[in-house]
Amino acid sequence: MSYIVEMLHITKDFPGIRANDDITLQIEEKSIHALLGENGAGKSTLMSILFGLYQPDSGSIRVRGKEVKISDPNVATSLGIGMVHQHFKLVHNFTVTENIILGMEPHKGPVIDIRSAEKKVEEISKLYGLAVDPRAKIEDISVSMQQRVEILKMLFRDAEILIFDEPTAVLTPQEIHELMQIMRRLVEEGKTILLITHKLKEIKEVADVCTVLRRGKLVGTVSVADTDEERMAEMMVGRQVSFHVEKGPAKPGEELLRIENLNVKNVKGLLGVKNLSLSVRAGEVLGLCGIDGNGQTELVQAITGLTKIESGKIFLRNINIANLPIKERTDLGLGHIPEDRQKHGLVLDFTLGENFVIHNYYEKPFANYGILNKKAILENAERLIREFDVRSGQGAMTPARAMSGGNQQKAIVAREIDRSPDVFIVVQPTRGLDVGAIEYIHKRIIAERDRGKAILLVSLELDEIMDVSDRIAVIYNGEIVGIVDAAATTENELGLMMSGALRKTHAAPQAVHA
Amino acid sequence: MTTRKEKIVLPLIAVLLGFVLGSLIVALTGRSPLAMYAAIVKGFSGIDILNGQPLNSRYIGEFIIQAMPIILTGLSFAFASRTGLFSIGAEGQLMIGSLSATTVALLVRAPTVIHLPLVLLAAILGGALWGAIPGFLKARYNVHEVVVTIMMNYIALHFNNFVILHIFGSVDRVKTAPFPTTALLKSPFLESITRNSRLNWGFIPVILALLIFAFIINKTTFGYSLRAVGYNKEAARYAGMKVNRNIIASMAIAGAFAGLAGAVITVGTFNFGRVIQSAEGYGFDGIAVALVGGNEALGILLAGMLCGGLKAPQPLMQSQGIPREIAGIIQASIVLFVAMKFGIKMVLDKFERKQAPTTEGDRV
Repeated sequence: MSYIVEMLHITKDFPGIRANDDITLQIEEKSIHALLGENGAGKSTLMSILFGLYQPDSGSIRVRGKEVKISDPNVATSLGIGMVHQHFKLVHNFTVTENIILGMEPHKGPVIDIRSAEKKVEEISKLYGLAVDPRAKIEDISVSMQQRVEILKMLFRDAEILIFDEPTAVLTPQEIHELMQIMRRLVEEGKTILLITHKLKEIKEVADVCTVLRRGKLVGTVSVADTDEERMAEMMVGRQVSFHVEKGPAKPGEELLRIENLNVKNVKGLLGVKNLSLSVRAGEVLGLCGIDGNGQTELVQAITGLTKIESGKIFLRNINIANLPIKERTDLGLGHIPEDRQKHGLVLDFTLGENFVIHNYYEKPFANYGILNKKAILENAERLIREFDVRSGQGAMTPARAMSGGNQQKAIVAREIDRSPDVFIVVQPTRGLDVGAIEYIHKRIIAERDRGKAILLVSLELDEIMDVSDRIAVIYNGEIVGIVDAAATTENELGLMMSGALRKTHAAPQAVHA
Repeated sequence: MTTRKEKIVLPLIAVLLGFVLGSLIVALTGRSPLAMYAAIVKGFSGIDILNGQPLNSRYIGEFIIQAMPIILTGLSFAFASRTGLFSIGAEGQLMIGSLSATTVALLVRAPTVIHLPLVLLAAILGGALWGAIPGFLKARYNVHEVVVTIMMNYIALHFNNFVILHIFGSVDRVKTAPFPTTALLKSPFLESITRNSRLNWGFIPVILALLIFAFIINKTTFGYSLRAVGYNKEAARYAGMKVNRNIIASMAIAGAFAGLAGAVITVGTFNFGRVIQSAEGYGFDGIAVALVGGNEALGILLAGMLCGGLKAPQPLMQSQGIPREIAGIIQASIVLFVAMKFGIKMVLDKFERKQAPTTEGDRV
């Protein structure tokens, strides 16, 4: 058996924490090796060491049997190691080819030889079935295409060992499926893949071997074929995890949110939401599912006030909030976990404690006569950190920017759930979170439902929609194409509706009338 | 390296590098860097290292006079900056503050306890109004504040000169009639203890301004929302903050600090309204002070003293045969090095990593 990469007894300390404790990772050539662990388990640190961003305190690395010292990413590149980062590093107004050759431009004399580069990009793209247009501009192509550009970037540099850092976090179910096929194709062509993820389903689908980390320690390495998702989840979290969301039947009450004939323009100036009507009742979770870009963002921003509407009405209880300022909507009992955590959810240069009071910093006990009460803000932060297990280096004083993506997400969810709004717009609440945290947040959302709140859950994760929702509305091309009972529907039926092939508008359980 | 340490160490290194570069240039021109340092030390303290003269309070007084207005314009730039705005308008706001102070000083007759506060208040309001205009244009029509504030500086300059020449009727075409003493910050007592320097009570409003700046930014809900808007406008909007109102308020308060600087000059250093030939550079010095001071009150105080300490000795340097422009070069290169802080940080981090390989990174 030949290992292409071996990381032996790697230990890495950060101030106050041992991020990697005697970890050994051996990767077979031409395989897909998954690295599984919760947020903060040490996956990123281990990969950063392999990629030359950090130096291990002890332990050694071997590539193709030879001991190496990877002092910086250039060394990693020359060893044939490439990485697709979770957040893409692309220049938006450059073309695909320009991005790929950036830093190693082929040239004829003083002029960049873009032609031959384009040809090479096209060849590689064809070989691996990536279907990328080398002349397209990054800003004009979809997120999944951008990810393929990142993959092409590595292949263009002759990488043999490809590290994928949470590659599916930004993709729709269909795109995930396509990515899996691309990964298999890469392995067929002789590449080796290291997949960092906490999605068990994907590991089961595509990986050969899985190494599990927990709190900086190696839990074990298993053959994926010989294990199941429950077993891997248990290894990762350290206890039994229930995949099924425990919930009793919904007891829907009065209508708390009612949308009538709503029209909203999207960024391109076209109607992103078309004549849409929808209602959510107290004590129920209405799931909204659809392929990304079918009007979910516009709908959510119209309800929450981030976008102006063209026409229509949005009733919260019986007050039309469609044209009210955001503040008044919040005061009337509207809550929102935003889709984009770094754009809307957090002020990254604020501390965690400051971020927790962003809605009510001016209210008692956080302020008195316009003067901030730092002690109350700190206590509030400590309580939320405990309750939601938000992990951060310096507790309430940690700058949000210094936290990992998963913990940023937890912080937003903690803040919003803690406010317990009557009408709760929850968008992608568990994006980037591990199973343990997902389980907890789902439980809290159900608890809110059982307290009689109306919850609109918008998610691209079909499993999440089906597990948590009571009713499911499917949005396609800005319109609701069907509302079904979550217990009675199937993934297949939803998939057909999401692609616009099936309409079930009249099957809605209750007629909409004023 | 932690952010707190960064905030202190990086500017200090920038200052050091600025002086090193200044010394090199002096040496290149064939003069002695030592003579330059001697002139600088003498410029703010009166101590003459080379000829053994003791501390002279007159120099200290003049040095403080130099530092006061640029601390205020530094606060002005920093305040707008904390809300994410880049205001070049301190120069013009200062002129309008100065003109407002002149107007109240000349037209109102009252005892000092009423007259002087009125003069200062007028300057603050004048500057605030001048600052609020670009703030309004930014909030309402999204006109970029850099363009508007630069243009407002020209309008302020010529408006000031028009009023002084044609409305107050300057006799010598340079200045107005002298103000009544009830309108002045001048103090015979302060002058006497500093050997007849121009030191005046102006430092009291400056200290108050520093305290108010720190208080608003760090302690109040208003400061919280200003900082939120400055760091992330979208998140502030999501949280329901009135982003546009904050932009106008921030620009107005920035203008108020600069307006006060106008009063400190006009009724402190001088005692008459002046015709201004061209921008005097208080605004740009303020930008430098705010950048070096990291947009924090204490940092601005120290950076303001540093820049004042480089301005005060310029005549002396000239007399020592060292071009006074060297002081400007040092100040400019300090700002440049502050702007290069990421580069300096990279070098430091590398150094730190070599020293102690286990203390890097704060992400878990």
